[in-house]
Amino acid sequence: MLNYFNPNNILKIINKLQKFVFALFIIVLIIGLLEALVLSPEDYKQSDSVRIMYVHVPSAWISLGIFSFISILSFGILIFKNKNFSLITKSLAPSGFVFNIIALVTGSIWGKPTWGTWWAWDARITSMLLLSLFYLMFIITWRITENNDKAIKISSYIAILGLINVPIIKFSVDWWNTLHQPASVNILSDTTIHSTMLIPLGIMTAAFVLFSLLIFLMKYNTELIKIKNKGLDRL
Amino acid sequence: MISEILYMNGYGPYVWSSFIFTLVSFGILYSVVKSQLTKEQKKFEAKFNSLCSDKIELANKQKTYREILTNTSTSNI
Repeated sequence: MLNYFNPNNILKIINKLQKFVFALFIIVLIIGLLEALVLSPEDYKQSDSVRIMYVHVPSAWISLGIFSFISILSFGILIFKNKNFSLITKSLAPSGFVFNIIALVTGSIWGKPTWGTWWAWDARITSMLLLSLFYLMFIITWRITENNDKAIKISSYIAILGLINVPIIKFSVDWWNTLHQPASVNILSDTTIHSTMLIPLGIMTAAFVLFSLLIFLMKYNTELIKIKNKGLDRL
Repeated sequence: MISEILYMNGYGPYVWSSFIFTLVSFGILYSVVKSQLTKEQKKFEAKFNSLCSDKIELANKQKTYREILTNTSTSNI
């Protein structure tokens, strides 16, 4: 089983997957954009501004999901000293960070017509901003630390520390009285969003997941080639 | 119909700027990562071609090296 995580095997799979994921992403994105911008209905309260949800919500979900995954793998890095896990976390961080920025910017744009302000120091928004700082610290650590083992350790500690912020983001709308609305899509309880909006939201989420997978594959491929470059020096 | 989609009951600037920002961010991230990948592939190829013949033979025996070279667009191998 663990043999599947061997970089040599993964490299072979990555090269085959990359083009397929790219093609699938383009198709799903076109369908998603058509649904989100043209076919889905306007909201009875928010009118057409609700369409911002189709980019804002998937971005927030994915940035949160990627960071949680990075944090969990970071435990694996520190406990099992698995260097492949550190390659995975390093390759996931850029797309997670970009999705975080997209969630913040589109949320700010959505806030203007909905709340009448571009920004509020609301618990949900502030904790999302904090998440982007954790992402930034994680990425910068890899950039500025020359010693690889040190970079692995520091970035893992940052990711684990940032994990504390994840439940705060998720439950901030329930714990505090915030401007941000509570979750409309729930796994464990009733979803309060109509299917005509839920379907485009699902399609856009799928497109964004495919994009983050594509970026991950390309970045992971780059990291593996970097290692093999060093290997050539040792031949 | 088109003007309705563009105008979106007055919310057009907000909706379109959100979507454009998202797609531009995707484009920038994709091109940065793609250029990093291409740079590393080219670096690998140049290094590989500068190896002496017995080292090339040794490297060719390793699956991973062959895999990288076959996926380098400029590769002649």
